[in-house]
Amino acid sequence: MNFVFHGRRVSGLLAVVPANEGSFLEEMKNFNFPPHRSLKLKEVMGYDRHRLVENGVCVSDLAVFGLEHLIERGLLDRDAIDALVLVTQSPDHLMPPTSSIIQGRLALKPDMFCLDINQGCAGFIVGLIEAFLLLEQPAIRKVVLINADVLSRRTSPQDRNSFPLIGDAASITIVERDAPGAVVHANLKMDGTRHEALIIPAGGMRMPSTAATAVLEDVGDRNLRAKEHLLMNGSAVFNFVQVEVPPMIESLLAAAGCAKEAVDWFLFHQPNRFMLQKLADKMDVPYSKMPSNVVEQFGNSSGTTIPMVIASNLAPRMLKETFRACLAGFGVGLTWGSMLLALGRMNFCELIDYPNAIGNSNAADNSKASRSHG
Amino acid sequence: MARELSRQALRGLLREIRPESDFEASRDFLSDGMLDSFDMVALVAALDEACGISIDGADILPEHFQNLEAIAGLLRRYGVRP
Repeated sequence: MNFVFHGRRVSGLLAVVPANEGSFLEEMKNFNFPPHRSLKLKEVMGYDRHRLVENGVCVSDLAVFGLEHLIERGLLDRDAIDALVLVTQSPDHLMPPTSSIIQGRLALKPDMFCLDINQGCAGFIVGLIEAFLLLEQPAIRKVVLINADVLSRRTSPQDRNSFPLIGDAASITIVERDAPGAVVHANLKMDGTRHEALIIPAGGMRMPSTAATAVLEDVGDRNLRAKEHLLMNGSAVFNFVQVEVPPMIESLLAAAGCAKEAVDWFLFHQPNRFMLQKLADKMDVPYSKMPSNVVEQFGNSSGTTIPMVIASNLAPRMLKETFRACLAGFGVGLTWGSMLLALGRMNFCELIDYPNAIGNSNAADNSKASRSHG
Repeated sequence: MARELSRQALRGLLREIRPESDFEASRDFLSDGMLDSFDMVALVAALDEACGISIDGADILPEHFQNLEAIAGLLRRYGVRP
């Protein structure tokens, strides 16, 4: 499905990562594999360090911390927020929506629209499309898009398939109207027949949590995980990405009448370095135009990785320059989407730490400390 | 880099990934537990480097890594002589 939007822009972007860092070299002793095989994986995939929440930190904690950072610095007027869209697969509760919790904790105005979307690695594209659609309404002038996940809390530390790549993070993206000449092209596809390729089997209504669903099992791949943990069919996901993403990008660029060479940056979801380099090879895009360094520094934080790749690679330039950027996200659902838009001249573009000491939501308001990477 | 890879060199790359396995004795590396999906990825990275090619990510399928003949067949498609 193709989309075209006129007069939309991203005016600011903030990424929030837990200060707590895990190390692959430390964690590989938890895996049921000989060290040389894990080291080979590290070398090929680019696994090294990843950011993980601790002390029961939830999505709303990361999001509120980031929004307060912006509000306190005068970068965001809390009364100007007309819509708050949260994209997450790890909500604070099954109900109520975590976007409502964030609205309440920040005492935002009641006259606004809050929405949770259950999406993952394509969640930045899905969230931007939703934000652009909301801006069709005259009453909505500013949308705060939050992508956030704390999936490390639902990933087995003894699962070498998933744990080394997982990272926790939140991003806050401000979406507003722009001059009518600004055109954004996007496309989005979904295939629910392949939904089991990425799944947390237990914890919902289909398979409620019980003592049995918390038991670690080896189902034949030497990894230990429970049914309440993330289960990823790595081969199926890898093949899906390599088959579906390149034609999607070709289709996007053709619809926009844009030559591949005219794109300044290919800012893609960050599953691992190998997968991105294979995509770049197939699309004949230089590695220098497709950064793949997020997973090695921060881990793969689902829908937050595109904001992460922007904030960690281009933050100063995003304040002063404008780039033609091709974004792409792909993952759970299965879902794959892409977007071609102008990015830049932002009011802010920054990556900050969520300090270790804050802990759970009750304590989250007590600390104002942050460390900027911008 | 040469676009050729002898059987001996291929066995050497496999042994680097799984030194404990006897790749001559198996007709199906995956069913016999000698390679898993991450080993296939590691092997592709090694083959790319050794042969100066880039194997298409969509070709990283179990059937192309079942045994030495299957891997040699995949390499031939990329112009690599066994």
